[in-house]
Amino acid sequence: MSLEPQAQMRKMSRRSFTWAGIAVLTGFGSLKWLASRRDDAGTGWVFRRVLSSNEGLMRDIFYEHKLVPTFEEKDITPERINGVDGMKGTFDPAAWRLRIEQVDQIAEPIELTLDDLKKMPRTEYITEFCCIEGWSVIQKWAGVLLIDLMEKYPPSTTTGEKPDPRHSPEKLVPYVAMLTPDEAYYVGLEMEAATHPQTLLAYERNGESLLAPDGTVRVSDHGAPLRLIVPVKYGVKNLKRIGTIRYTSDRPKDYWAEQGYDWYDGL
Amino acid sequence: MKVEKKHPLAIRWFHWLNFPVLAVMIWSGIMIYWANGVYHVRGFKFFWDGFYNPSMPQWLPSWFPSSMHGGHRVFWSLDSRLAEGMSWHFLFMWLFAINGLVYVLYLAFSGAWRHILPKRTWIKDSIQAIWDDLPWRKVKQEHREYNGMQRVAYTLVIVMGLGSLLSGIAIYKPMKVYTLDRFFGGYDYARMWHFALTIGFCSFFLVHIVQVVRAGWNNFRGMITGHILVANHEEDRDVA
Repeated sequence: MSLEPQAQMRKMSRRSFTWAGIAVLTGFGSLKWLASRRDDAGTGWVFRRVLSSNEGLMRDIFYEHKLVPTFEEKDITPERINGVDGMKGTFDPAAWRLRIEQVDQIAEPIELTLDDLKKMPRTEYITEFCCIEGWSVIQKWAGVLLIDLMEKYPPSTTTGEKPDPRHSPEKLVPYVAMLTPDEAYYVGLEMEAATHPQTLLAYERNGESLLAPDGTVRVSDHGAPLRLIVPVKYGVKNLKRIGTIRYTSDRPKDYWAEQGYDWYDGL
Repeated sequence: MKVEKKHPLAIRWFHWLNFPVLAVMIWSGIMIYWANGVYHVRGFKFFWDGFYNPSMPQWLPSWFPSSMHGGHRVFWSLDSRLAEGMSWHFLFMWLFAINGLVYVLYLAFSGAWRHILPKRTWIKDSIQAIWDDLPWRKVKQEHREYNGMQRVAYTLVIVMGLGSLLSGIAIYKPMKVYTLDRFFGGYDYARMWHFALTIGFCSFFLVHIVQVVRAGWNNFRGMITGHILVANHEEDRDVA
């Protein structure tokens, strides 16, 4: 015998609404659970793992050395200045040296002056600089390609072979750390980003030296005397005053990745 | 009266999963957008400034909880939470994309797309549906089949979802998929699209809620149980 339609509907409603209630509670429970996980560098460990998994996937899916678009002079947009971490104390540009340190500092660090760098092949391009906060600018940069520097002062390999950064970057130690001279700001790059053919150690912006003409630091500046331009990363990775470049086997600490941001920040 | 099937279980799952997932995407997305004022929309900026910025004149009544409540941030204060916003956004993007993709596949393979795809007469049907829907016209709506406007809305929202997904990818990896960025008019415009579509979803939601309330309990219950009660005048005709 079949139930009256109304009674049949009541029965179905009871069952469905019970399930709906369970689903709502599970949903809210899951969100609360997600939001209250043990902290891992400024974010919950679940989020941290998801960020790392996303990184792994993206590094697998995309060709990491794919060239970024370059622009023409007419495309240059007004500058924006954001962040002075690592450039707050007094600084003497004349005493500045770029330090290159090997893994675990097995070899003596190399020290280069700005003039040493300027004697190396100069590269100039116009690229889009993307800030993690959402804005982007198109600017012209000139300097030494990191890959050119690495060819001359290569990191050691994990295999013990002779290093060849341009052709076999996968055999090198996996990371590069960069620190400001005061070590107050620091970023880490995976080797694919460091060996990207457009990763630049810039000493000029829009045709002007990053240092003022008299050799001092500009008041409102974009970093000087040497800064990193790594177009495949958000602006936060584009260290504004490079003091040390360190080749390393361990994932380097990263200023913003310690504060809940993604370590990878790849674009 | 008789009980009639309306929404299959799969459709109900896609629908009710999408609701909280999209809500989290919008909530975390606003945290990301408001990390910097560069993309502010005039009216919205005023709204949010009034909401979260204590230095702005508060237009909300004093009894309304402010973003800083007893020294603790409450969930709707969305400023200075960029890292948090990104954490949520880059987890829930997977759920949003997968749920949407499975929904579209389901529509395609079950044949359910026939219920929502606009017909060739969609313009005429939509105008008719809007006309019939005017509150002072007491037209008894036939709820068996979606009307022209519903078909347009339910198809459009899928296209919008795809737009959000693609513009999202364009923003997420602009140096890897710059061809896609160019399709949207560049990196900046991809962000604009992404945000405009979000406003689109919010508008859809508002209209949807109003229409669901107007359609009544039987219709809403249909989205939970999958069944509605219908008058069986057809059955009567059969008997007669």
